[in-house]
Amino acid sequence: MPANGAPIFAPWDDPAAKPLIRFENVTKRFGDFTAIDNLTLDIYEREFFALLGPSGCGKTTMMRMLAGFETPTEGKIYVGGQDMGPIAPNQRPVNMMFQSYALFPHLSVYENIAFGLRRDGKPKDEIHHRVEEMLRMVRLQKFAKRKPHQISGGQRQRVALARSLAKEPKLLLLDEPLGALDAKLREDTQFELMDIQENTGTTFVIVTHDQEEAMTVASRIAVMDEGKVMQVSTPDRIYEFPDNAYVADFIGDVNLIEGRSSAAIDETVQIEWAEGQQAITAQTSRAITAGQKVFYAIRPEKVTISPDRPADAVNAAQGKILDIAYLGNLSTYHVQLPTGQVIKSQMANTRRISRRPYTWEDEVWVSWTKTGGSVLEG
Amino acid sequence: MRRFSWFNLTSLTLGFAFLYLPMLILVIYSFNESKLVTVWAGFSTKWYGELMQNEAFLDAAWVTLQVGVISSTIATVLGTMAAHIMVRGGRFFGRTLFSGMIYAPLVMPEVITGLSLLLLFIGIGLDRGVLTIVLAHTTFSMCYVSVVVSSRLVSFDKSLEEAALDLGCTPFQAFRLVTLPIIMPAVISGWLLAFTLSLDDLVIASFTAGPSATTLPIKIFSSVRLGVSPEINALSTIMIGIVTVGVIGFSVISKRNIARAEADARAAERT
Repeated sequence: MPANGAPIFAPWDDPAAKPLIRFENVTKRFGDFTAIDNLTLDIYEREFFALLGPSGCGKTTMMRMLAGFETPTEGKIYVGGQDMGPIAPNQRPVNMMFQSYALFPHLSVYENIAFGLRRDGKPKDEIHHRVEEMLRMVRLQKFAKRKPHQISGGQRQRVALARSLAKEPKLLLLDEPLGALDAKLREDTQFELMDIQENTGTTFVIVTHDQEEAMTVASRIAVMDEGKVMQVSTPDRIYEFPDNAYVADFIGDVNLIEGRSSAAIDETVQIEWAEGQQAITAQTSRAITAGQKVFYAIRPEKVTISPDRPADAVNAAQGKILDIAYLGNLSTYHVQLPTGQVIKSQMANTRRISRRPYTWEDEVWVSWTKTGGSVLEG
Repeated sequence: MRRFSWFNLTSLTLGFAFLYLPMLILVIYSFNESKLVTVWAGFSTKWYGELMQNEAFLDAAWVTLQVGVISSTIATVLGTMAAHIMVRGGRFFGRTLFSGMIYAPLVMPEVITGLSLLLLFIGIGLDRGVLTIVLAHTTFSMCYVSVVVSSRLVSFDKSLEEAALDLGCTPFQAFRLVTLPIIMPAVISGWLLAFTLSLDDLVIASFTAGPSATTLPIKIFSSVRLGVSPEINALSTIMIGIVTVGVIGFSVISKRNIARAEADARAAERT
């Protein structure tokens, strides 16, 4: 992007940028259960921010606190610099798209979209104009007079989106917006959502448990677990440079190898990981001390498989192919080392399967580079 | 058509006979020419004509209707509010006590409810008449309404209310514009139930009615003690007729609504 002169959209790297949303030491307890644990997080204007985590990690609670349906037990939430504590849900510059869509069954598609505008007491023709604009945006002009139960699931999803965007909120919250759609429709809708987000310039916060969805749509992702944020970063950094073993394991497929590291010299460490195996040479910017317990995380597609030991390989190990998972475009080979450990290697199937070079029980070498994986503190 | 076994047929006949034979006899004898209720003397509609001339019965019918409409309307408003608080209010101090107190009148013997209301009205010096019957009927039918409405609210998707708040409604607007229209069928059922109960009630009404106002059940009951007249048969037949038409009409409407909703859902799948 910098090539054509457009600045990269990365307000989180700019120390002068003011966040649109700020969670400040927010804790939320339900009785004895701590849903959100002393969490601090900034989200910037025009971001498409994803809260990603398994169910029960607190992501929905975060969203409900932003909408005003839950109040933090401790800490403060700011939107546009304003403390949201005393502000009722109906007065917040925030709209939400519900997981169940929550379309009003007794109102037509048109009336559903107009609902929020009518509450603001806007003039009639202005409301009409805006609703028409919204219907056009989600391509539902023909269905304006239908009731929600008279349209399909995908159309309902678009009505819900149009209704929540009609009031031009500063911030749109999306609670598992694509959860009820089938896979193909889901993919199309993801791109549609991104387009709409870009065109309207609204800040989107999406809650999802689907990592692919988060990776596709989001400018930044917060990976959450048990009420804590494990890492906040751009999708590529989350994937390539996970902060900890939880994130590495949660996002995508990974080989996690436990070992003891030498001290870092010139950002390079040696990790002793198994009896009789050559130590892993890895690059890291972390300050690792000698003898520290670490995890080495390497993605399967960064592990190369070959019949002989590649001459220039920094890290290599010999093993036997245990399993092959054929996915069509890719194959994942599970290679068992003499130590019993299994290393996954993923290769693109550039040739047809009848000419596949490796098969079960083949003796092969797996290898990877010095910079292929991440050293994570255990 | 499937054929019934002898056993099915017998139980069906017995069941319906138990339920409807008494009413059938009452309807037949309402068209009896004779003044003697138990002796058939040919077909006639003269008792219906006489009934229309009977001021006392007509007055009682008018009072019953008034009491029924007013008390069930008030009971519906209060019962719906109570149900909403119980289902949506979350945990608040005294919730269990409050919910217990709402449902207590369901199991309270009517005689006791009637007696305590009578004592209250005497205590505060309220003259017994239409007003006191309305108050009494509101009191006992409110809990029925709240049971009907709260069972609907329990299955009501809470996110609809949250969506309304999110789009700028005050809590009251959210109730009026979203919740109420959706739970309306349950509210109407509650109203009909309260109305029927009020129409039906003899015990509580006889405690709280005064000389100035008598309801139809009281009137019928007291005149039966002087002997059953064919006029009463005629009156009862009219009441059975009204109830039957109401029930059939209600079920036809709701069946049609269900059929329409299903057709809509099928149409939506195709698009």
